[in-house]
Amino acid sequence: MRNTDIAAPDYFHKVVDCQWACPAHTPVPEYIRLIAAGRFSDAYMVNWKSNVFPGILGRTCDRPCEPACRRGRVEKDPVAICRLKRVAADYKDDITERLPKPAVIKNGKRIALVGGGPASLTVARDLAPLGYSCTIFDQDPTAGGMIRTQIPRFRLPETVIDEECGYILDLGIEFVGGTRIDSLKALLAEGYDAVFVGSGAPRGRELDIPGRKEAAANIHIGIDWLSSVSFGHINKIGKRVIVLGGGNTAMDCCRSSRRLGGEDVKVIVRSGFEEMKASPWEKEDAMHEDIPILNFLVPKEFTHENGKLTGVVFEKVKAEYDAKGRRNLVPSGEPDQHIPCDDVLVAIGQENAFPWIERDIGIEFDKWDMPKVDPTTFASTNPKVFFGGDAAFGPKNIIWAVAHGHEAALSIDKLCQGQDINDRPHPMVEIVSQKMGIHEWSYDNDIALDKRYRVPLRDKVVALRDIKAEVELGFDLELGLKETQRCLNCDIQTVFESKLCIECDACVDICPMDCITFTENGEEADLRARLKAPAKNLTQDLYVANDLKTGRVMVKDEDVCLHCGLCAERCPTGAWDMKKYLIDMTHADDLCRTRHQSAA
Amino acid sequence: MTYITKPKFHHPSLPKNALGYTHRDYEGKVSTLCAGCGHDSITASIIEACFELAIEPHRVAKISGIGCSSKTTDYFLNASHGFNSVHGRMPSVLTGANLANRDLIYLGVSGDGDSASIGLGQFAHAMRRGVNMTYIVENNGVYGLTKGQFSATADRGSKSKRGLTNNDNAIDLVAMGLQLGATYVARAFSGDKTQLVPLIKAAIEHEGAALIDVISPCVAFNNHAGSTKSFDYVREHNEAVNRLDFISGRAPIHVSYDPGSTQVVEQHDGSRLVLKKVAADYDAHDRAGAMNFLAHHAAKGQIVTGLIFVDSEPEDLHRHFNTVDKPLNTLSEKELCPGSAALEKINASLR
Repeated sequence: MRNTDIAAPDYFHKVVDCQWACPAHTPVPEYIRLIAAGRFSDAYMVNWKSNVFPGILGRTCDRPCEPACRRGRVEKDPVAICRLKRVAADYKDDITERLPKPAVIKNGKRIALVGGGPASLTVARDLAPLGYSCTIFDQDPTAGGMIRTQIPRFRLPETVIDEECGYILDLGIEFVGGTRIDSLKALLAEGYDAVFVGSGAPRGRELDIPGRKEAAANIHIGIDWLSSVSFGHINKIGKRVIVLGGGNTAMDCCRSSRRLGGEDVKVIVRSGFEEMKASPWEKEDAMHEDIPILNFLVPKEFTHENGKLTGVVFEKVKAEYDAKGRRNLVPSGEPDQHIPCDDVLVAIGQENAFPWIERDIGIEFDKWDMPKVDPTTFASTNPKVFFGGDAAFGPKNIIWAVAHGHEAALSIDKLCQGQDINDRPHPMVEIVSQKMGIHEWSYDNDIALDKRYRVPLRDKVVALRDIKAEVELGFDLELGLKETQRCLNCDIQTVFESKLCIECDACVDICPMDCITFTENGEEADLRARLKAPAKNLTQDLYVANDLKTGRVMVKDEDVCLHCGLCAERCPTGAWDMKKYLIDMTHADDLCRTRHQSAA
Repeated sequence: MTYITKPKFHHPSLPKNALGYTHRDYEGKVSTLCAGCGHDSITASIIEACFELAIEPHRVAKISGIGCSSKTTDYFLNASHGFNSVHGRMPSVLTGANLANRDLIYLGVSGDGDSASIGLGQFAHAMRRGVNMTYIVENNGVYGLTKGQFSATADRGSKSKRGLTNNDNAIDLVAMGLQLGATYVARAFSGDKTQLVPLIKAAIEHEGAALIDVISPCVAFNNHAGSTKSFDYVREHNEAVNRLDFISGRAPIHVSYDPGSTQVVEQHDGSRLVLKKVAADYDAHDRAGAMNFLAHHAAKGQIVTGLIFVDSEPEDLHRHFNTVDKPLNTLSEKELCPGSAALEKINASLR
């Protein structure tokens, strides 16, 4: 293998598994260290810059970072990254002074944003301080989009939404609430320099089986129902409720039902329990509230009497796998099951809907009737129109909408400055040694086995009485501090300098994880098998360094490195060093523009 | 010195030996030696050898004297018996322990100061008596604890870190071991574990006096230009006579070796030493030839490593003394006090 190019920004970025997995690439270990140091406002600002909604995401994020967390590979459960983010938001001081100010001088460019959810808000936040005049249109009276309409209050209090949407709207952004955009053509005709479509995936999928029309009064589409609950239009439901569907929306539906009069609430899914789309912790939360999840049941018919829903008939199925490993649900042969109920909530998916986009304005649609969107620039085939969030590639999560928003804002900025939107600037990378002196490191590397701490919950009886009572109480400072200590500081990189190495094996001998090997060079597959502990995780890179005196190579398997720094501590010549690697993703801001110019 | 505690985490797919232990279970405390010390590599090799042999740690007695090398017994086999003796007196403590309990595995760890200076007499007598032990000399040619004076194994003409030249002749412990009748004599380099680990394994299984002289660079005081025990010098002048594969008598043997280039040594316990010859005409069974070979190469400034001599039918101290074949602590009162008739018999034989 060749020398690993550690100067390429991606190499060490990948080692920081959580940051690499985060769509917005939030520098997780950095903010966890700040929390550990009690610098909550600083930790909040690191988050705010990167993911815009720390308080909201700290309660609702789908946490792609956590399955990626190294702690999960070397111990069992990952660090509770998401809930630590909430600690930063809960304990910060007033940070308004640290936020960007509304632009004093406007640059004369006008941007229209359709939909007031996380994607549009991110675009507006990035662009407004630069002097852009941003106008957000939303059908609802207040900003937030699905954050406000679909996430129940017992998971996310309204005050948090108001606060974090407020930080953005205070940047001098015009929010036009209660206004649906019915024609993109008309909007474009108003002469905007660019239009961003962040209108989400607003249509809940329908379940067209017998009895649907007749019993319609008691059959509700999940996301519409949640939205009505959110705005206070609905405040009760029948005693016996069936929720159809296995995603996070289904979990929100069933838990909301429990708080609005539902006593016997069931979630019923077609697939097996394990294959459900809902995050494991959301399923846990539902079951904690005495909601059973029944699986392998396919709804066949709504039963009704005198126009009133009486229940649902299900066919029992089982999973069979074909030669290609694809799963098919086939009838198990058991008799159909009738489950009586008063109300049904249908939460079996949601879809995009663009009836308001004319098909003759240069925006091409694909065969699934989705706009063709460039995955890097988020541009449509109309150079002035950009998409992001669920509107771009179908339903995902808030953090994806934020990531899309940053990229789209960068594209819009470049477009309005007359630059090529396909020329994407590299991230800013900063690498600094953490050595303070002999045996002194500027990060806490005393790593111990320690189980994940649980977030305290509100008493169930109290929680079920009030739909606005937040269930999770958040870590207190003591628990939060303990949880921060589980972070392995993966951004403190092991950096190797061949020229200094005397091949004494001190690092090999001390490494608690057997990550380091000095051996004859070979092809990657061959090397992976020959290491001190075989490197079987192919998603994790090998760090290879040539130019050793004996002609061998140093190979470090990044997979389970604890970043404890023992290799650097035991190295007599300083060939190993622990360096903090901060990767700052480029957003649309002044810095990125000057950076681009200096590169040109 | 290291102030970071070594985490208890280990690699999730770490192999286990027949006892269900990983190599981490054979570790001791974190080393307090200088970072990069060759001795730490020897420690790691001992850990690896004991792991691979699936030795029960409580069956090992690790005995040492004084010095950097002798501190290392604290850094491996946490669950073994240990004794840090007076300077240079490891061999007699080990001999005594071995006489009392012949069932334990004896691991003597010493250095060039401990064995070639203050303890030279002890070293010589343990070798000539054929104590069943593995005697490892961690040889760096320098007094590290007292800041870098030449030791008795420093080569004549080599330079100290301060630039002084050594005018005394060096003691070659391997040559002495051969001359004094050790039945397993090897030399290795701490920077080459692939060579060292099988040599330690074979020495542990050898039922006689086994000596391994391990050149172990002192990173603080003897790793400079002009030293003959530096990483660079040893790598440049290393003349390996063979590469050893150790096959335990318990393991089935599947590997077939080309008889032209290998020499298979059957040991008393059924284990096999497979020697891959590097020096074509070298015979590891020829004590006199080995001494010759050693002297010849030493004169050229070459360091001969590998398994230099092995006697496949070794004899040990217990056999010479015709001692009881059980550890003394297992003998009952009946065996220890056979009664007045037996005493009469002994007395009669002396009259």
